Amino acid sequence: MSEAKRKRIQGGGTLDPVLIEARGLGLIRNGRTILDDVSLSIRRGQVVVVIGPNGAGKTSLLRVLLGLWEPSRGQLNRGLHMRVGYMPQRIQVDPILPLSVRRFLTLRHRAPLPRLREGLRQVGVPRLLEAPIQTLSGGEMQRVLLARALLGEPDLLVLDEPAQGVDVTGQGEVFNLIDRLRRDTGCGVLMVSHELHLVMAAADVVVCINQHVCCTGRPEEVSRHPEYQRLFPDAGVHGIGIYTHHHNHVHDLTGEVKPVGGTAENKDDAR
Amino acid sequence: MLDDFVIRAVLAGLMVAVVAGPLGAFVVWRRMAYFGDTVSHSALLGVALGFLLGLNLNLLVTVVCVLVAVLLVFLQRRQELASDTLLGILAHSALSLGMVTVAFVEGLRVDLMAYLFGDILAVTRGDLAAIAVGGLFALVLLMILWRPLLAITVHEEIARVEGVPVLPVRLGLMLLIALVIASAMQVVGVLLITALMIIPAATARRFARTPEEMGLLAAGFGVLAVLLGIWGSFSHDTPTGPSIVVAAMLVFVVLQFVPFSRSHHPQVPPPE
Repeated sequence: MSEAKRKRIQGGGTLDPVLIEARGLGLIRNGRTILDDVSLSIRRGQVVVVIGPNGAGKTSLLRVLLGLWEPSRGQLNRGLHMRVGYMPQRIQVDPILPLSVRRFLTLRHRAPLPRLREGLRQVGVPRLLEAPIQTLSGGEMQRVLLARALLGEPDLLVLDEPAQGVDVTGQGEVFNLIDRLRRDTGCGVLMVSHELHLVMAAADVVVCINQHVCCTGRPEEVSRHPEYQRLFPDAGVHGIGIYTHHHNHVHDLTGEVKPVGGTAENKDDAR
Repeated sequence: MLDDFVIRAVLAGLMVAVVAGPLGAFVVWRRMAYFGDTVSHSALLGVALGFLLGLNLNLLVTVVCVLVAVLLVFLQRRQELASDTLLGILAHSALSLGMVTVAFVEGLRVDLMAYLFGDILAVTRGDLAAIAVGGLFALVLLMILWRPLLAITVHEEIARVEGVPVLPVRLGLMLLIALVIASAMQVVGVLLITALMIIPAATARRFARTPEEMGLLAAGFGVLAVLLGIWGSFSHDTPTGPSIVVAAMLVFVVLQFVPFSRSHHPQVPPPE
């Protein structure tokens, strides 16, 4: 083991360029085949998007890749000491548990206050730090979940339907943020979604599954693939609406209009 | 000082309340009230086995409770029966099995009422020492497990992905519940132990902003209930265990009417 690698591992995290390598994964639960012969790999800096119709096994695949469920068949290699940030579809905290967003963020990783503030600002909800977690709206909760996943400085970010409950502008922001993080930190991103056009624009590799892998490749290749068109007939050849519409202004959190580039945190919107 | 049975009773009650309160918060947060009931009902089986084998009762009660708790978790995973059905079957079978076993042990004359409803005034020095050791151990264990337990209570899968060792932590929680049951058995009896865990915790909710505040307040309300209950039991000649639970209930009800509000958004927006 090299010195650099040892150092990296002491501080947590993996050095492996390939974060996840799955071959021939099969999953059978209660006698029902959920996944059959699924292979995929995720490298550092890569955004891999899993799409598929309802009941295709997308979330199950995520669970297997996360190590939450044992695959019934196949081989799964995960990066050594890999740190994973996981954002589940939705979570509900019982009101009987008094928990502020601040405590929620630090349940696992303790972090100094400025970092928590910065983390929340990054996902666009800077004022929620002391709010009881039960008072958050669906979209706010998604953003807080993302902030928590990022606080652990993950090698791999795993997102289950990241855009759910977030409004359209918010979705753009979330995907821009993910894209920026991938470039800045070099983490890999694995996303599950059925928001085809938005997600496919953000992807390097799209894996279309329906229990088995129907087709895989770059977004434009997948969108032309007959299997894909059969699964998503409405999406058609022009199904990729790349998220490129330009704003000449953005709204801050109070709804006030600000010019693009007016503040540092909004620059990315102008891409 | 320990010669006075009232002092011993108060000390035993206080020690149990201090652990049962914060642990009760977890029982409430994780919706384990009925689970706690089921496990505590099996304590009598531990008592019977203790007499049968001639071993320390507290030890056997703890062991039996841990075993029942683990069995429950295992059975709940199979999901063939709804959780409440399963708990109902086990709670009452365990209680009946305990009573039948007690009846089988030849020559044993057990004051069943004392085990079912507690007999805090009969606490001996030895009992007190056992409660102190068990309680202290439970308190330390709870402090060690607090953060990981909280993490898996909020969302078990995120916690697992973030590296919380879920299975050991959950087993630790089972051990904690068993320890509290073993020491609380003499104070309020197997039928009422869960009340000592969940009523103070439920009382604390309104006044707490953080999980830690809720745990500490629950301990405080538990202490209050024990003191009021023992005093009431003396002055009105009522059974002590049920009196403590009645006191806890009264504290809960009265505090529901106390106006109390604490701003949930005290934060000044951070400088941008």
